[in-house]
Amino acid sequence: MDEMKEVIKNYVIREYVEDDTDVTYDTPLISGGIVDSFSMVSLKRFLENKYQIAIPDDKATPEAFDSVNKICLLVNEYIK
Amino acid sequence: MAYTEKTRGIYKEILGGLQQAGIFKQERFIHSAQAADIEVEFPAGSSLKKVINICANNYLGLSSHPEVVQAAHAGLDSHGYGMSSVRFICGTQDIHKKLESMVTEFLGTEDTILFPSCMDANGGVFEAVLTKDDVMISDRLVHASIIDGIRLCSAMHDTFKHSDMEHLEEKLQLHNDKRLKMVITDGVFSMDGDTAKLDKMAELCEKYDALLFCDDSHASGFIGKTGRGTHEKCGVMGRMDIITTTFGKGLGGASGGCVSGRRELVEMCRQKARPYLFSNTIAPPVVAGVIKVLEILSASTDRRDKLENNTIFWRKGLTDAGFILKDGDTPIVPVMLFNAKLSQDVSRDLYEEGVYAIGFFFPVVPQGQARIRTQISAGHDIIHLEKALDAFRKVGKKYEILGKTKQEIIERYGM
Repeated sequence: MDEMKEVIKNYVIREYVEDDTDVTYDTPLISGGIVDSFSMVSLKRFLENKYQIAIPDDKATPEAFDSVNKICLLVNEYIK
Repeated sequence: MAYTEKTRGIYKEILGGLQQAGIFKQERFIHSAQAADIEVEFPAGSSLKKVINICANNYLGLSSHPEVVQAAHAGLDSHGYGMSSVRFICGTQDIHKKLESMVTEFLGTEDTILFPSCMDANGGVFEAVLTKDDVMISDRLVHASIIDGIRLCSAMHDTFKHSDMEHLEEKLQLHNDKRLKMVITDGVFSMDGDTAKLDKMAELCEKYDALLFCDDSHASGFIGKTGRGTHEKCGVMGRMDIITTTFGKGLGGASGGCVSGRRELVEMCRQKARPYLFSNTIAPPVVAGVIKVLEILSASTDRRDKLENNTIFWRKGLTDAGFILKDGDTPIVPVMLFNAKLSQDVSRDLYEEGVYAIGFFFPVVPQGQARIRTQISAGHDIIHLEKALDAFRKVGKKYEILGKTKQEIIERYGM
């Protein structure tokens, strides 16, 4: 779980952060304006490719993607 | 009639909020034709002031060119004022087809379709050519009209960091399973004046079998050796799949736009693009004017050459004076001030000195990147630019920003 958190956090920083904004496991990503709704697409695709899962569109909500911790919980639901 | 006081109050509150936030837009009334020298009424009701205009998209100085005006008059006489019909019913004249053919030749594409504006072209093109099985991968700084067009399309959408080709390649790999991939960019970015790396993008698109789309509204007519646009500058003429552009900027400045590119994609727009299907196209006098513009630009590169020289003179003048500019070589020259209020104060003082230039700040540009965006024209003579430089130097001295670093300006005025 910790390794997964670190992988996702690093992806978010590399993908979306273009200044020195600090990102922790609890930083609000969508509601905090770091990840916009357009960009959620690539985050979902990254997770699906990385962990070989399929996240249904209706589960990929802004709330479920709003922090690294929440994303890990979501991913773990679909890992077999 | 149900416009109650309650309803009115809702809107008044919203508008009041815009005023309080300092983002309420006010028009300045110009009483002359669009040109380097204009007469402006601002604030409303005040007497007219003659100023040098350095914020128009009139890059080639053709907005009021006598030959263009004359051609528009002739078009009005020969083809009438309006069409009273959309294109596919009874709204297509011979001059519409002639203009489409001329644009195709000018841009070096396979076919062209006119739209009422480039906003409409960008609003209609994506949903016409892509489906939910496809993906659009856009630069993060593309124009608002592209973002609106993307929102209207059912294809998946992803972004890449501004002009970051490694990031674009990652995205092309990530979405390689899609039926069609389209990479989307502006040619020249309107707020920063930088140019897309179309040569690298074309290579990546060929490597990953993706379509390449470019909105060249701030480039058509003057970027590239013969003014064909960003694709000419980057050496990729003939390798673009879709170019959208406007006739509302360098190409005469009136109105109208187009989608130009691969024959089948243009035909898809003719069959499916909603702004084309459900709105009248460009009015006959404007069509006649744009035809004349393309004739002028195809006969000589004098105007784009003058614009290039003016831009070099302007950039050097501002740099020597000690202003901080965004890097680039296009006629869009942003003078960086970083602080929103400072950008408004400098704009106001420049106006007092006879120079019309607008300050831009968040949310139009990122937080802490407020600026005066200057736009140079072939309609400017060196004497205009020298006068404008005098005004900039005087105002810059007043605010003690000449020769100062970004950090020093921010320390004094804040972000």
